[in-house]
Order: sequence, then structure tokens, then C-alpha cells
Amino acid sequence: MIRAFLLSAAALIALPVAAQDVAIVNAKLVIGDGSAPIEGGTVVVRGGKVVAAGAGVAVPAGVERVDAQGRYVTPGIVAAFSRVGLTEVDAVSGTNDRSAPRTRFSAGLDIAPALNPMGSPVAVNRASGVTRAIVAPGSSSNLFAGQGAVVDLADDMEMVTRPRALQYVAFGEDGSAKAGGSRAATFLLFREQLLAARSYARNPATLAEWGNDAMIQRADADALVRVIDGTTPLFVRVDRAADIVNVIKLKGEFPALKLVLVGVTEGWLVARDIAAAKVPVLVSPLTDLPSSFEQLGATQSNAGRLKAAGVDVSVGVFDDDDAHKMGYATQYAGNLVGLARVPGASGMTWDQAFASISSVPARAVGMESSIGSLRPGRAGDVVIWDNDPLELGSRPTAVWIDGKAQSLTTRQDRLRDRYATPQEGVLPKAYDR
Amino acid sequence: MIRGVKGSLLAAVSLALVGCAASGGETASASDKPAEKPVKFNKDPYPSTYKGYPTRLTVVKGVTIFDGEGGRIDNGSIVMTSGKVDRIGGPDMELPTDADVIDGTGKYLTPGVIDIHSHLGDYPSPGVDAHSDGNEATSPTTPEVWSEHSVWPQDPGFSRALANGGVTSLQILPGSANLMGGRSITLKNVPSRTVQGMKFPGAPYGLKMACGENPKRVYGGKGRAPSTRMGNFAVNRATWQKAAAYKKKMDDGKAVDRDLAMETLAGVLSGEILVHNHCYRADEMALVIDMSKEFGYKVSTFHHAVEAYKIADILQKEGICSAMWADWWGFKMEAYDSVNENIPLVYKAGACTIVHSDDANQIQRLNQEAAKARAAGRRIGIDVSDEMAWTWLSYNPAKALGIADKTGSLKPGKMADVVLWNGNPFSAYTRPEKVWIDGALMFDANDPKRRPVSDFELGQPGEGDVK
Repeated sequence: MIRAFLLSAAALIALPVAAQDVAIVNAKLVIGDGSAPIEGGTVVVRGGKVVAAGAGVAVPAGVERVDAQGRYVTPGIVAAFSRVGLTEVDAVSGTNDRSAPRTRFSAGLDIAPALNPMGSPVAVNRASGVTRAIVAPGSSSNLFAGQGAVVDLADDMEMVTRPRALQYVAFGEDGSAKAGGSRAATFLLFREQLLAARSYARNPATLAEWGNDAMIQRADADALVRVIDGTTPLFVRVDRAADIVNVIKLKGEFPALKLVLVGVTEGWLVARDIAAAKVPVLVSPLTDLPSSFEQLGATQSNAGRLKAAGVDVSVGVFDDDDAHKMGYATQYAGNLVGLARVPGASGMTWDQAFASISSVPARAVGMESSIGSLRPGRAGDVVIWDNDPLELGSRPTAVWIDGKAQSLTTRQDRLRDRYATPQEGVLPKAYDR
Repeated sequence: MIRGVKGSLLAAVSLALVGCAASGGETASASDKPAEKPVKFNKDPYPSTYKGYPTRLTVVKGVTIFDGEGGRIDNGSIVMTSGKVDRIGGPDMELPTDADVIDGTGKYLTPGVIDIHSHLGDYPSPGVDAHSDGNEATSPTTPEVWSEHSVWPQDPGFSRALANGGVTSLQILPGSANLMGGRSITLKNVPSRTVQGMKFPGAPYGLKMACGENPKRVYGGKGRAPSTRMGNFAVNRATWQKAAAYKKKMDDGKAVDRDLAMETLAGVLSGEILVHNHCYRADEMALVIDMSKEFGYKVSTFHHAVEAYKIADILQKEGICSAMWADWWGFKMEAYDSVNENIPLVYKAGACTIVHSDDANQIQRLNQEAAKARAAGRRIGIDVSDEMAWTWLSYNPAKALGIADKTGSLKPGKMADVVLWNGNPFSAYTRPEKVWIDGALMFDANDPKRRPVSDFELGQPGEGDVK
């Protein structure tokens, strides 16, 4: 059994391809920065990076030409908040590295070695046009969940684009549960842990002096120091309007904190506060049910209203699935375009909606200059689509990551082909591969 | 934060920990003595009190119509009167002069969406422990419980399904912790103070059954049967055996003690109650089909039939419907072999094809799920027209629920359960503009007064907001 699986798995894997220089011409070209698509556009990728994109761009000699035949060509989708690579089958615990509920560490956890680029969710998400993902840990046994990473979804073994790209913490009801049962405990614990880390930074001996009374481990303190000084963005899950306001106030005591708010279900109620603090948000935009008492104000117009108030809004897929179906990002962004047509509702224009799943999340994690759009200097993450990428059922016909052409075949495709005609064959299906 | 199947099940497990001793499917009456006479009991003790909301003679004209049974009319019209579809036709059809007339130019008109798999009301929002009413996880077989006794009519999810999803009818099922989870109920998606006021008049009851991982995990985790798939079948078979004996006694005119569990199962064996079986894996579905033949019942529909594509020929031959997601996968082992083409492959085999939600969010966009499945089919050469794909959303679920003679398509005389979409409903850019249930206008995107607000939402942030 194991042997058979290994053989078939090997057959699935394309060998890593070297970055190639490629020019995609005759494209309906989407830069991903919120600008309108360019008809008859060209994008040129050399040495793994975009060197030019737009109308009237010349193709350098010796660069492979790919004719997009007028189809949409876009930057790869950036999954704004995900657990891609941290889980294969959620309910099979050995494959699921989202959370570490029994560890003695917290902020110091680093998901990088837990990522599995060979997992089938990576391939399935890649085949739906996702090329990069912001990956956060789920939770630890303490308040801080640990450090996430920005990753690519290429079919090679090196998944990490930027390690320790964020620190994750949940406030609200989940934070209360971790901190001891109330929001007051959450805020105090948060504050005390940061202050302990600051003391440690000033004098590393303090941690040893505290001994067993230390509320954090050395590795956690190291990570939190980078949060306090703004080196590591702090992603905060928070939904209730009052909680959002209080989290923003933390910047008063820790002014260098680089906050990114996640969830933000009731954000529209305090949109002006969020905009004034210049804090970007990641939302799962179709959340519209009062699923809990911290989400009473839920509405699909949240993203559009925040955007209209001047907030940087990234669209993610995380209240329903955060690992297997990142391709839903295009569907959700499309829904925001549809919402703009509903009387009284707020949505986004097509151009804004596409940016919210490409350059805007890249900016939220501080990587706008290296991924998320087809502006020169960005990674050569390019997708040719069979149709409008925000429409239902549209799929990539070609994907490049860092300029490398990617396999779009998944384990699911192999199953589909095996059962395209569901009957026993001359040989049993087990021989069909 | 993850809800739906998994959320429901986690809730079930935690509830089960505090549950009291179970009685299995073997609930006996207090009296040991046989009754003097054969039991005659009321089969409808909680009758529907549903009455349609007020209607007006209404015409929509110049609209693209999918009739729900695979027909399409371009530049078509519909006449709705007294809660019924009076007629549909092309531009030449005669229209009444005294009707409210709606111009449907550039818009689409379909039968209302029917979700065959919902837990609205029995796992309502907010999803607090006090609302966890979907799994009577105290015994692996609880055919005696009725989901209608758990439905909270004030669940805000009903209004979202109406306004964003165009859902006009839905089946509320017990959860999947148990092999036999209890009776389901089919509702009209209307605001009402009582569940009786929502009950679809004349709809048959269903029995929720569940294969696979959930029952064996929930009960195996408590150190009792079933803890394996073979245990699942053993407990099921023993229960069916008992039910068959109970039914035979009744059929022979002999006295039986009243037994609520056995009444439900006898109803299944006599064909009055339809079996809705949660079952992911192809091999387990095939075994369930044999079990149904062993005891003489029929499975209406396999729900969450992630592997239906592997046995689509068998499902076609047996006349069993498959209720499916477009692309859910990977959340548990039995959902690992999902393929995006599952729905179109089942359709191609000529088997009954249904798109379902099992989710308070996805019920708001089943049209979009169908669109994704249709596109996946087209990519492998299965050409599904828009109008045929709509059968997955209305007529096929209506058939599987035993209500296709009343709703699910726009045939004259049927309930006027109708959605007017502001564009092609297989586009991400389209939303319902108006929804009629039994000819009554229940949602209108242009009229904030036609936006239901549940008791729970009154006086809360966002009351009456667009959702």
C-alpha cells in the first residue's frame, strides 16, 4: 500500500523547473494595483521577476513568447490569511500543524518547518490561481499563536518567501479563552508579555532572574521584541467594534506596533477609527451572519464600507476554510463586484476587488514591492485565465511562480480521469494510472 | 470559527459529554403489558399552520426564464395569481391587464432554490452552546427525535438564505452524530412565530441517517458501539430488524406498545418517510444500498456524496439522488477524494443531481456552487446548459423531498415560488432582486421594508441593514 502510494505520488510531481524568461503577449492585462485592465498588453518576466508590463511593451530578443489570445493575464492571487501548507486532512491530526495547544511556547513558534510544499492543498490551490499566501499559525496554549510566513505555492521544496513575516494573536472571545476568561485578562496579559519582552531586550538576564515566574520563554521574548519595535507585523483577530477600537489604542502604549486587523466583522461601525489609525484589514467578505455576539453587525457590505472610508481592505477566505479552498478568493472578490449593484449595499469595482486579492494583501504584510502585482521588480507570478478571473468557474490555463512554469495537475484531476466513465474496465481501476 | 459540518459535530461531541444515559432505538413504553387493541395514533400531531402571505396578481415580462425542469424561454413572461404559477410563455402570451407588471428585461427568472440539506433553526446563529440543538448525541440511533422540535424560527440565517440565495424551501435535518439522527422537516422559507407556521404543507417526513466517520467517532469515543464502520452497520441492521418486526405486528393487526422510534422506522419501511443518508464514500453508499434492500426500504438521497462520481452508474440504476457540494474537500478523511467534476459526472451518468449546502453561509449562494460545477463539467466536455443546471437547484431537490408535484418548477398550478435575478444567476455578479413564496413578495432588493428582521436582530447593531 505504502509502496504503491509512493510510486503514484512520484508520478504526480513534476521536476523543479529553472526560472525562464518569458513574455506573455496579447493579454487582457491586469496589473493588480487597482488600475484598469489593459487590452493587448504584454508582461515580460526575466530572471524570475517582472521587468515590464503594459501596452506597447517590446519583447526582448531571445525571450519566449506566449500568446494569451486576448485572455485575462494577472498576477497570481495572494491568499490574504491562510493555513495553506499547515494541514492535509484537518481531522487527521498527524497531518494538521495549524495549532499547538499543548506547547509551552507561544510567540516564539515559527511555522516555517511545519510547512509541507508537497501537500495536495498546495497543488489544488495553485491550480486555482493562488501563487502566494500569508500563512498564520492557528493558536498555541497561550495568548500569542506564533510567527507566520509568506509562502509561495510552487511545486518545489522551498516554500518560504519570508519567514517570521507576522506574529498572530486573537483578541475577542478566542483571546479571552486563552487569557483566562475575560477581555480584561486578554489586554493585561498582552501588555505584560510585551513589557516582559521589553525588559528582556534591555537586559537579557532578567528572564533568568524571574525563573519559573517568567510569563514567557526566551524564544517568545525574542519574537515579541520584534513585534514591539515593528519589525514583525502583528496580525490581530478581532471582530467586535469595541474590541477593534481597544486594539487600535494599544498603539498608544506601543507606538511602533505594526497592526493588521483580521476578521473585523463589525469594522464598518468604526471604519473612521481604523482609517485614521492607518491600520490595514483582512476580511472574509461574505460573512453576514451574527454567528457570535461579537459579530452581531455582520454584513457583506463591511468590505465596501471600510474601503470607502479609506481603509486598506484585503479579501481573504478564512471563516469557512483557511487551507483547502483559497481559490474562493476570486469568487468572493467577484461577489463584491456584484454587491456594488445591490441597492443600499457597498461593494467594490472590479479593479479594486482584484487588487484586494493581490497587491493589497502584499502591502498589508509589508511586501508590496516584491509580490502581488505585475509592476516591474515584483516576482514573476503570472496567471493566464480561461475567462474573467472573478467569474464563477474560471480557471488558470497557465501559471508561473518566480518565472517558473507550474504544473496545474492535481491528485483530484487524477481521480477524475480514473472515474470519467464509472465502470469496471478490462483491468481493474487499480491499474489505471 | 469553522462552522458547518465540523462546527456542528464539535458541538455534538461536547453536548454528548454531558448527555444522560441513552436508550438506543429501543425506547419502550412504561407499560410491559401489550395494549388491548392495535394502536391508532395521530401521524400529524404538530400540523402545518402555514398560510401564504398576501398575494397580488403579478406579471414579470421580457425576462429569461429557466423553468426548473430544463426548459428555457427567452423574452418570456410569467403570470402569478392566488399564490400559483398561472402560466409562463413567450412574448406572444396574453397577459392580464389588471396585474402588477414588472419589466424583466436583462434579468432572469427561476423557480426558488430548494436546499435539501440545511441546519438553519436547529444550529442557528448565534452559534452559542445554548443553541446547539441539531444532534441528540446520546444514542447512536434516535429515530424518535424530530428536527422540527429544535427549529428556532428566529434564526437570522433564514432571511440571509432568502435575500442572498433565493431559497424558498429547505429541509432541516438532524446532525450526523448518529446513525439514525431523527426525522427531518421541510419548511417554506417564510418568517413565522412558530415552526408549524413554516412547515411545508403536505411534505413527507424524512429520516436522517449517517454513514462513516461521525457516528463511529462520537460513540467509539465514549467506549460504546459503534466504533467502526462494521459497527455502524451492525447497529443499523439490528435496529432495522427490530423495526421490521414492529411493522409486521402492526400490519398483522396485532397490538403493539407505542414506540416513537419504531413508528418512524416503520414509516420508512412503508415508504411514507424518505431516507436522507449522509454518506461520503462510494463503497459505503454501495453497502447502504444493499442494506436498504435487505430490509425493504429505499434511499431517497445520499447527502455529502463526495465520491458519487465513482459509482454514478450504480446510483443511476438504483434511482438514488446525490446531494453534493461543488468543491468542499480535505476537512476529513472521507472528504479526501473530492473532485471538482463530481456534480457534472453524476449528471452525465443520468443520475439525479442536487447541489446542497449543509451550511448557513453557502446556502446563500447555491446558484454560484452550481455555476462552478457546471464550469468544471464544461472543461472536460460535459456540456450542461444553464437551464439544465437549474434542475440541480429546484426540481431535483423537490423530487428527492417528495414535493415536486407542488413546487420546484414553473408548471401551471404549482406554488409560485419564484426568484427574479438581476442578471444571469450563474454569474458572481448577480443577486436576487425579488423573491416570491406562494406568490407573495417576500424579498425585494429595492424595498427595505421587504427585508426580514428576526426578533434576535431587533435593536442590535445593523438591524435592518443590507446583509
